[in-house]
Amino acid sequence: MAKAAVRAGLVAVGLAWVLIAQVVLAADAKTYVLEGSKAAALESCVEPTDVMRRKHMELIKHQRDETVHGGIRSSKHSLAGCVECHIRSDAEDVPQPIHHKEEFCGACHAFTAVNLNCFDCHASVPRGPGAERAAHAAFQAVGVDRSVQARPDGEDH
Amino acid sequence: MGKTTEMKDHHEPTDRSADPGPSDSAPSDSGRRAFMGVAAGVTAAVVAPGVVLHSVTAAPRSEAVTSDVRWGLLIDTAKCVDGCSACVDACDRENGLNLQSKPASAPQEHWDDQKAVWIRKVKLQDNQTGRVTNLPLMCQHCEHPPCVDVCPTGASFKRADGIVMVDRHTCIGCRYCMMACPYKARSFIHEVMEDQLTRVPRGKGCVESCNLCVHRRDFGEESTACVDACREAGHEAIVFGDLKDPESNIRRHLAEMASRQIREDLSLNTGVRYSGI
Ligand code: SF4
Ligand code: SF4
Repeated sequence: MAKAAVRAGLVAVGLAWVLIAQVVLAADAKTYVLEGSKAAALESCVEPTDVMRRKHMELIKHQRDETVHGGIRSSKHSLAGCVECHIRSDAEDVPQPIHHKEEFCGACHAFTAVNLNCFDCHASVPRGPGAERAAHAAFQAVGVDRSVQARPDGEDH
Repeated sequence: MGKTTEMKDHHEPTDRSADPGPSDSAPSDSGRRAFMGVAAGVTAAVVAPGVVLHSVTAAPRSEAVTSDVRWGLLIDTAKCVDGCSACVDACDRENGLNLQSKPASAPQEHWDDQKAVWIRKVKLQDNQTGRVTNLPLMCQHCEHPPCVDVCPTGASFKRADGIVMVDRHTCIGCRYCMMACPYKARSFIHEVMEDQLTRVPRGKGCVESCNLCVHRRDFGEESTACVDACREAGHEAIVFGDLKDPESNIRRHLAEMASRQIREDLSLNTGVRYSGI
């Protein structure tokens, strides 16, 4: 009897330990999606998270050819869409360039030591009239309600 | 014409036979125009054969551009005013060219030569008669573009709808195309850029030129920044439109007034035409 009770107790402790370990691990698993960006309010990106983590560069590279040569702008894989959704503004409402070290693209690229060239040419914050059009198209393509979205910088409207 | 709507090969920049240009006067049929309404990403409804209603809000393009259209400009030099720079200024704002800044070390006259411009105002004077002509000069969107012929990487290319542009992702900045262009239409970006517009990427080491406001084309807008600005300034010297559509505004103007290509001796079949020169 006593033996069985001890065994049950040990199993319970073991189970609890596994559970706690999982919770701690989950809290530890770093997410680069930033508080205050539109992306933070959404369940997942335009593709499931694991696909985005592994393949975002391929998706963007494929899309760039379709857009430059074919003029296709309705895609959910546009770089302008990434920027629009993942951009974060500071306390003064100034959008922070997305390739900077503390921001969405920059933080992960710094951690993985992968050079990031996109923003040598592309705007690193949504800038200019119509900047949000690509993101609108992406939201439409994945069927997310645009009403929860707002311009981060309040400009251009 | 023997061309059908499934011709969508947009990686075929110098297909000489496929692009008859403005001289092509084959009658369009209602099916083709209905297709174009859809292809332009514009919400459209066909109410009767040949009649297409366009709604005001345009959707972004979702089908690749085809050679069913060829975009072009007609410039009436008689209406172009000396000293007016409305089109140039509008182009600068539309395409973020006004965001370039002179490096501190560069002398002003070097910078004036080197900064990127997509439109230049040119003044011609006939020395015998003294007659002065003003005109805006931009990329002429040649049907047979020398800039595309010489590019070693394929970065300089002609889109299926006739727009000649640079794919910055493959441009190596050799500037061969700048030497090849007879119109001095291209610019090189010499300095690191920081404040690009979302709609016009731009970076050090690439060549660029007028792309007929390609973002406006792809979002289904009607005209170009220079055309709008010229009209707002009260001159209406520039007409934009589809050179392949006999019903288009630009084709009607071309049918009425005498027009020429600049350096027509080069047989480039330019998409930008001038009257009064
Ligand atoms: S005008 Fe110059 S840049 Fe434009 S298509 Fe012709 S050669 Fe190329
Ligand atoms: S500068 Fe760029 S676009 Fe021009 S010829 Fe060289 S690679 Fe081609």
